[in-house]
Amino acid sequence: MAPTTSPPGDAAGLGKARAAAFVLPALVLIGVFLVFPALWTIYLGLTDYRLTGLAAADPQVVGLDNYTDALTDPRFLTSLWLTVAYVGGSAVIGQAGLGFTLAWILRGRTGPVRRAVEGVVLLSWILPSTVVGFLWFALLDRDDGTLNALLHTPGLAWLLDHPLLSIIVFNVWRGTAFSMMLYSAALENVPPSHLETARLAGAGVPQQLRDVVLPLIRRHVLTNLLLISLWTFNDFTPFVLTGGGPEGRSEILPVYVYNIALKGGELGAGAAVSFLILLINLIFALAYLRLLRGRRKSLTGPPA
Amino acid sequence: MTLPRRPAAIAALTVLALSSCGTGAPAGTEDVTLIIAANSISGGKNSESADWIKRWVIPEFERTHQNVKVLFQPSGVNDEQYKTKIALDLKSGTGADVIDLDGIWVGEFAQAGYVKPLTDVGGPTVDSWEGWSQIPQAVQGLGIFDGKKYGLPQGTDGRVLFYNKTLFAKAGLPEAWQPKNWEEIVAAGQKLKAAGVPAPIQINAGTAMGEATTMQGVLPLLAGAGSEIYTDGKWTGASQPLKDVLAFYQQLYSAGLSDPKLQQEAKGRDKSFAQFAAGKIGILAESDYFWRSVIEPKAGVAPMADRDTAVGYAKIPAKTPGGGIRGQDFVSMSGGAVRVLNPNSKNPKLAWDLLAFMHSAAAVKSQLAGQARISPRTDVNTEVLGADPMLEYVAEEVLPVTAYRPGLAVYPQVSVALQEATAAVVSGRGADEAATAYQSKLEGLVGGADHVTAG
Repeated sequence: MAPTTSPPGDAAGLGKARAAAFVLPALVLIGVFLVFPALWTIYLGLTDYRLTGLAAADPQVVGLDNYTDALTDPRFLTSLWLTVAYVGGSAVIGQAGLGFTLAWILRGRTGPVRRAVEGVVLLSWILPSTVVGFLWFALLDRDDGTLNALLHTPGLAWLLDHPLLSIIVFNVWRGTAFSMMLYSAALENVPPSHLETARLAGAGVPQQLRDVVLPLIRRHVLTNLLLISLWTFNDFTPFVLTGGGPEGRSEILPVYVYNIALKGGELGAGAAVSFLILLINLIFALAYLRLLRGRRKSLTGPPA
Repeated sequence: MTLPRRPAAIAALTVLALSSCGTGAPAGTEDVTLIIAANSISGGKNSESADWIKRWVIPEFERTHQNVKVLFQPSGVNDEQYKTKIALDLKSGTGADVIDLDGIWVGEFAQAGYVKPLTDVGGPTVDSWEGWSQIPQAVQGLGIFDGKKYGLPQGTDGRVLFYNKTLFAKAGLPEAWQPKNWEEIVAAGQKLKAAGVPAPIQINAGTAMGEATTMQGVLPLLAGAGSEIYTDGKWTGASQPLKDVLAFYQQLYSAGLSDPKLQQEAKGRDKSFAQFAAGKIGILAESDYFWRSVIEPKAGVAPMADRDTAVGYAKIPAKTPGGGIRGQDFVSMSGGAVRVLNPNSKNPKLAWDLLAFMHSAAAVKSQLAGQARISPRTDVNTEVLGADPMLEYVAEEVLPVTAYRPGLAVYPQVSVALQEATAAVVSGRGADEAATAYQSKLEGLVGGADHVTAG
């Protein structure tokens, strides 16, 4: 079929049947590995399914009990609050803030300093989670921890006295690389002449950032925030450091699900909470996408 | 053209990955593979047991069974993680042929259909096994659920108070120490504290310690206060004995005799081992496992070269003499691991042969070689226990006064509720408040107040 005869909207000129054939394998994979498990999770969340015991052999449908139990369970609400603090502290403020700061400082710089900083930041990002977890465990440990040795504060239990702060700092250290790289790329798109003009007009650094840089990289900022907050919301790595402890004080939602579903064996309740997490993620994503779309419209102007 | 090919490649890889999870070749004239899974690993947790399987069981069994290959699947993680892994293995129809389980998990695994009675899997030869007559009824009970035998017990254990004689000498305490009530434990702790011992008494508490909190802490103390966790079809709620137990914890922590941080750490139990070995803990309530696998001078995870001279052991006293369960002066708790057959095994008869072989007198004796432990077999025990005074002490002094946990599927959840009650006390809340919270959680777990005794 010649491109000229293809209907509008069929840029590739494949026709519906062939286009569908190309998409089908991917759709099947998505259906089998993504949609089906998600639907299965919804079903499991309505049962009293357990890992062991009678309810493992013969689960009963219990309706919305798991959801009402979770929403009235102070442990779930604490966990939700801890997760919000964890995402806000480590992703939105920590990673995005530090990543931008590094990108801004290193902008336009070349040579060994930039390469060294980028190398170190990247290294913390590409190391396997378990390795990093044990490194930080060794750093923060109460008895033989490196940090206590450096600060001459033997016996200070960082992971027990400040569990949330510990995992926030840990995750900032771990994930800053992504934000730094994304912002570095974004800042290269800011024409130096704009900054030059702003400087000549007498704008200080905060004003340059607010009036020149931010409007130009706003979509990068939103995309970055969307990605890192979703990742962090579903991040399980802090488990390696604290196991959710002490007594649930660093039990963010993914760890909470693990603890009730696999450690406690309540697979049904775990599935219900997983579904709640999925809903929260969707709300996050929709909010960001709305912001992005609104921005795009205002850039291209009102439709004719 | 690479794009359409990729999903096919992924699918092929997935199929490969899934099929490689199977348990081995089918029975027949060609080679057969059997797998043993246990929570033990060379150079780590239960190292001697892993070595025994690799160096004795596998070669000996393969020698008498041509065409059979036996593999060992080690683990070295905490008990809850191991349990999850095995449950998931069995649930998905895979897993090793012969599997180590804590006896207390047998009920819930059986109810879930993950394990089947030995005769259902291994066939009629199971009942005619020579070993049954050698295993005392109480020990067989570890592998029995609903009157059916699901597993072969690997032995049993007892809980005692271990103490560091070097620290005791420093604090002016006697070398041969046997407290007669809880007050004497506290008094010894105070002397140790005055002598500068960082953590005079360690009785496990909190959820991070898992079952060790219940088994080494709450349940022996509860028995000492005159109550079992489950009697006559009812669970013990916020009764006076339970409040006594929580009050005892409170006494230890408010007087600074125990380290509250240790109960909260993710690896707290391992640390308690290391700290006892390093002379930082005066008194530690543990099972004889601690003696034979942890501070064991050669193969232990926290070896003490001077174990035999520096470490003492005493029976756990009742709150007041005669105040324990059955009117006893001293109490303990016992449990033990069992080995079960995987119902999905492709060679169930052969798997039973292997399991029975691992529990034969020759195998049990070889496992004990160089070290003693209370084996499941009376014929072996009479031969070997004399070699280790500590284990002889457990067999003769502790086992007669011990008690076992109820083999019910809901028990592990009750256990967590007990751990949470101790955690609340350790973090500074009142004993009565913690007991009340425990009571309401317990009622939810076991199906209402009718199944709980209180007051």
